[in-house]
Amino acid sequence: MITKRIIPCLDVKDGRVVKGVNFLGLSDVSSPVDLARFYSDGGADELVFYDITASAEGRTLFTDILKKVAEQIFIPLTVGGGINTVEDFDRVLKCGADKVSVNSGAIKNPSLILDAAKKYGDQCVVLSVDVKRVDGRFTVFSRGGRDNTGMDAIEWIKKCVANGAGEIVVNSIDTDGVKNGFDLEMLDAVCSVVSIPVIASGGAGCKEDFVKLFKTLPKVDAGLAASIFHFGEVDIRDLKKTLKNEGINMRI
Amino acid sequence: MTAIIDYGVGNLFSLKSSFAFIGEEAVVTNDKDIIDKSDRIILPGVGAFGDAAEKLRESGLDKVVKEQAAKGKPILGICLGMQLLFDKSYEYGEHEGLGLIKGSVKPIEDVIDKGLKIPHIGWNGLIFPKNKEKSRIYKYTNEGDCVYFVHSYYAADCEESVTAYAEYSALLTASVENGNVYGTQFHPEKSGEVGLGILKAFCEL
Repeated sequence: MITKRIIPCLDVKDGRVVKGVNFLGLSDVSSPVDLARFYSDGGADELVFYDITASAEGRTLFTDILKKVAEQIFIPLTVGGGINTVEDFDRVLKCGADKVSVNSGAIKNPSLILDAAKKYGDQCVVLSVDVKRVDGRFTVFSRGGRDNTGMDAIEWIKKCVANGAGEIVVNSIDTDGVKNGFDLEMLDAVCSVVSIPVIASGGAGCKEDFVKLFKTLPKVDAGLAASIFHFGEVDIRDLKKTLKNEGINMRI
Repeated sequence: MTAIIDYGVGNLFSLKSSFAFIGEEAVVTNDKDIIDKSDRIILPGVGAFGDAAEKLRESGLDKVVKEQAAKGKPILGICLGMQLLFDKSYEYGEHEGLGLIKGSVKPIEDVIDKGLKIPHIGWNGLIFPKNKEKSRIYKYTNEGDCVYFVHSYYAADCEESVTAYAEYSALLTASVENGNVYGTQFHPEKSGEVGLGILKAFCEL
């Protein structure tokens, strides 16, 4: 049976990995290539790279780094950040990405998911969505969690799946950086309306948070986190052993 | 030298890199002479079967692959490249394949439990068929080792050629072999150390 996946996420800016708490106060951690190798050797099932650079020079730097990673790391690579057009898909896929994650780009350009899925297949298109409760309603935020789009998250996700998104990363702004566990309520709401893989993001603080995630919500396929892995608070191999001992199917 | 056949589908960057990483020379090519000079051939592929089969035929590379197979050169089809080795596929209609391995390609939804997600995407363990010798491409691989899959169709009616299965409520064909023609439904170039070991074993055939 298919294993649950543990995915470290690397936010890259100007060639370095950074991670913010609640999206603010970025701090430099390490080199993307070194970290990618460290994670691949350490049992990560997949890697996600988010390009959080705004400048054109930064974009070029990012694809250079992506190539270097893809030359040495042979596990699935997902790339996101600054994906606004089908040409952006092309740009990162040529550098060795396997999947491309869209967020604000899909909000700005409603046909992006449809066009990309047609060209590269559903399996290549990952919808990443930043969600926050506003007046008790799951609401989509764009631009790294800064702008309230006013859109209902569940409706938005359903629409994107119908357009051909092959996987969803659900990032809860409410739990992101708080390290008090994943947003199980939000994830459950998403899992109940889609039949494509769901990746939980935002809130992991310790191993037990992952155990709780997969035990409470068996429909969640993967857990994604950044700082707890980057700062060594949770060791991936150790985490996967713990999960396996709890009866969750893992690649050891 | 390994010839990675380029017929205009899919992303060959990782595949090429994986050969460089294990120290094997690999060339991404559609040149008949280079393919003829190669020691072994990789037939990659992602996307839809009909489209890929057509591109292969349009470029004349279908004949090249068949000629090389007839000469006894080791050929490894990966993912859709494996499916193309079969007689035919029922992905959006009915399409003819290369006919190098007996069987046909069918939707996994025909055989898996309802409610399971499609595609079959992620890491799954290899199950070797009983009463069969382990395939030589698994020289460095053990039963239960996980490899990376992404597919919605599977190779059916090919029991005699199967060298490994993956369990997704039903047993899905994970790899096949017919003489010098090999195929993996999974992506060895995305399957970490295990995958690199499979590519290494293929280069040592």
